[in-house]
Amino acid sequence: MKENKLIATRDSYGNALVELAAEHDNLVVLDADLAAATKTAIFKKEYPERHIDCGIAESNMAGIAAGLATCGYVPFMSSFAMFAAGRAFEQVRNSIGYPHLNVKIGATHAGISVGEDGATHQCCEDLALMREIPGMVVINPSDDVEARAAVKAAYEHEGPVYLRFGRLALPVINDGDTYQFEIGKGVLLKEGKDISMIATGLCVSESLKAAEMLEKDGISAEVINIHTIKPLDEELVIATAAKTKRVFTVEEHSIIGGLGSAVAETLAEKCPAKLRRIGIRDRFGESGPAKELIHKYGLDAEGIYRQIKAEMN
Amino acid sequence: MNKSELKKKAVEVRKGIVTAVYHAKSGHPGGSLSAADIFTYLYFEEMNINPDEPDDENRDRFVLSKGHTAPGYYSALALRGFFPTEDLKTLRHIGSYLQGHPDKKHIPGVDMSSGSLGQGLSAAVGMALAAKLQGRDYRTYCLCGDGELQEGQIWEAAMFAGHRKLDNLCVIVDNNNLQIDGRIEDVCSPYPIDKKFEAFNFHVININGNDFDEIEKAFQEAASYKGQPSAIIARTIKGKGISFMENNVGWHGKAPNDEEYRLAMEELEKEAASI
Repeated sequence: MKENKLIATRDSYGNALVELAAEHDNLVVLDADLAAATKTAIFKKEYPERHIDCGIAESNMAGIAAGLATCGYVPFMSSFAMFAAGRAFEQVRNSIGYPHLNVKIGATHAGISVGEDGATHQCCEDLALMREIPGMVVINPSDDVEARAAVKAAYEHEGPVYLRFGRLALPVINDGDTYQFEIGKGVLLKEGKDISMIATGLCVSESLKAAEMLEKDGISAEVINIHTIKPLDEELVIATAAKTKRVFTVEEHSIIGGLGSAVAETLAEKCPAKLRRIGIRDRFGESGPAKELIHKYGLDAEGIYRQIKAEMN
Repeated sequence: MNKSELKKKAVEVRKGIVTAVYHAKSGHPGGSLSAADIFTYLYFEEMNINPDEPDDENRDRFVLSKGHTAPGYYSALALRGFFPTEDLKTLRHIGSYLQGHPDKKHIPGVDMSSGSLGQGLSAAVGMALAAKLQGRDYRTYCLCGDGELQEGQIWEAAMFAGHRKLDNLCVIVDNNNLQIDGRIEDVCSPYPIDKKFEAFNFHVININGNDFDEIEKAFQEAASYKGQPSAIIARTIKGKGISFMENNVGWHGKAPNDEEYRLAMEELEKEAASI
């Protein structure tokens, strides 16, 4: 694991858009007065004529993106997860999902790692909302390398894609030179035989650290990175559950409706195994520095380790 | 088309509406009939469209933001040659491509899926913006209901269209004055509609939306007006053309029974003969 570099996936989003735009004239970016925060300001600076600020009106932005998509554009509509998936949910469902339009939703500031802004801006329900929409691809990358690859894959995919990015700077865990991203394909990061840790987003790097702590206690943990929540890599989930019979999901999202639910649904139907969902336990977030919140809500390596140990005793 | 040809075509559109809703045993005749003259004018006179090339990139675009009046939309599309008029009888039937609300994936000539009120105008704004970005000269038309103006998203879209000076966009408000719960000014008044659009930097034209002379003048004025999007506030009669449906909110979302269907078609035949 290379930990010398920290970068937030929202920065990866802005940088990847600039790279992609150089190759594709039909890529446009929409914002709702948050370009500085969603990091699409990087794109706006390079391609001002292809950046459309809709003002503080996310529902309208979703509809404009839909209209642009019917005319051959590939719009990336950008806002905080709370407003892209939450405020504009019905527009995303009816104006983008139902006609299956080629709109990409770049949702930054997901989860409690928003930090000081507090609960109104900390969306821990977006994966659940977006997963429900037929035909919607839902991606939650774990680091800069994966996030940039995900933006490219989203552009190349025909149809609506939800991309979840964070505000907090994260360690880079993937090798930019060799990393291959495929929508719907999970990544086996570490093999193990006693338990399976299936993580997503910023919880992936923390899960890798937790696995090292467990190893010292003689617990061999398999660590899997699920960057695509939908379609879920059921094959990989079933294979690891069949091997260890003991599964832990780890996500910076409500345990209701996100990765934990997706894994639970798959295992209950196809490979029953003991499962514990680690995540936000049916509650709202609160103000505080992001790292302190991640610690308080048990989503750092120490918290993940502690919850796994408690469950196993 | 001359005016009497348009009037005859509008009667055909109304017959299609009544037939479709009768065979569906459900649907929305009232707002389809009030807008039938507008549908007719758009599809037989105003819009640059070709049923043989429904996806032509330079075609004019239309979004039915008040998607529940799909029977009027489908009837005009079928008569214009986008699909067989016989298929109107399959409206709302299981397995039919003629869904209760417009479905762009499966219906030739439908530029945008719609039906959840307030959303269509935003998509139309996106289409008008695309034309500006691509340097194309097609126009985009969007038909909204007057009750629909109660949706906040309409005004988000209007603000953006006015701000961006999308003069290739023409919004038509079917102002039949009735919504499900009653008269719009009794439920939650959107009046004055014209002043509101003016405040959002639209060029506004007030007309009688059931009069082809006024409809024609309005669309010509809208097309030639530069620097602002246009809004045609079309005062109409809900249920227009069927005496017992006119101005009767009960016909917002109800299908005629056998006897009512017979009477309605009889009235329309008489109307056609009188033109």
